[in-house]
Amino acid sequence: MDVTARELDLINALASGLDLCDAPYAQLGLAVGMDEVEVIERLTELRRRGIVRRLGIIVRHHELGYRANAMVVWDIPDSEVAEIGRRLGQCPEVTLCYRRPRRLPDWPYNLFTMVHGKDRQTVETAIAAIAEREGVAQHPHQPLFSLRRFKQCGARYGRRLAAAE
Amino acid sequence: MDAIDRRLLDEFQHDLPLVPDPYAAIGRELGIGAAEVITRLDRLCRAGCVSRVGAVIKPGCAGASTLAAMAVPGDRLEQVAALVSEYPEVNHNYQREHRLNLWFVVTAASREDVDRVLADIRRRSGIEVLDLPMLEDFHINLGFGLQWT
Repeated sequence: MDVTARELDLINALASGLDLCDAPYAQLGLAVGMDEVEVIERLTELRRRGIVRRLGIIVRHHELGYRANAMVVWDIPDSEVAEIGRRLGQCPEVTLCYRRPRRLPDWPYNLFTMVHGKDRQTVETAIAAIAEREGVAQHPHQPLFSLRRFKQCGARYGRRLAAAE
Repeated sequence: MDAIDRRLLDEFQHDLPLVPDPYAAIGRELGIGAAEVITRLDRLCRAGCVSRVGAVIKPGCAGASTLAAMAVPGDRLEQVAALVSEYPEVNHNYQREHRLNLWFVVTAASREDVDRVLADIRRRSGIEVLDLPMLEDFHINLGFGLQWT
């Protein structure tokens, strides 16, 4: 856990997004009892530490014409997963790349990558290209295309007891 | 959507200016005023193209989260998906093409809270929930360039 209680307050207040107004950081501060200077300093610091991975306009791929997205899951030997994960994580076609546990016998896959595209064909072509280029085509893998989006919103981390600042 | 909308979406996904008037700062880059930036963002939000102006948090830094999956019989999918979406802790919920056909992300203050939500969903639906927490993050963010063709 790398964030303080005050930082978590700020992150939670940001979950529904910045207001579209002249001074959005000042507005955000009202919700958590910080002034504008403190909000900007804290966000700058969170961004610098990489805890805020990005701050900006969060687009909805589907509405922008990226109608197809596949969660491509791979079964990679444990001895190779870190190296292959790092390579796949750098592919321009890949927007997320995580290692997760296998759950045998139901679920043999330990590496998850997300690939977005305008249509299914484009995504399938991109996946084949990645597998070929990165030399991982021989590892069992499967694209789980999304069929329906039931919910998509910002994460809320809730309150927790944290070390006082 | 015009050229200015496209630049707005292309150039400001990562580093919103951390200055008191960020929309005015964006406007200066694009050659328009703050009011027009706000009007455009408001329109793009209403159209559903923009979810929000906000932050993406590095996984594992704040609170706890997991990716969960369920194999839901086809005739119960709507009902179980609605049950899952009810939880404020669930921030993504998708139907995917697999025997495990319902995939969702649970985020909460602590791992115990995540477990409580998973157990509750399991109990209310009567369906097993696969818990797949992130173990390692390999993604290097080089930016998701939109193609406007």
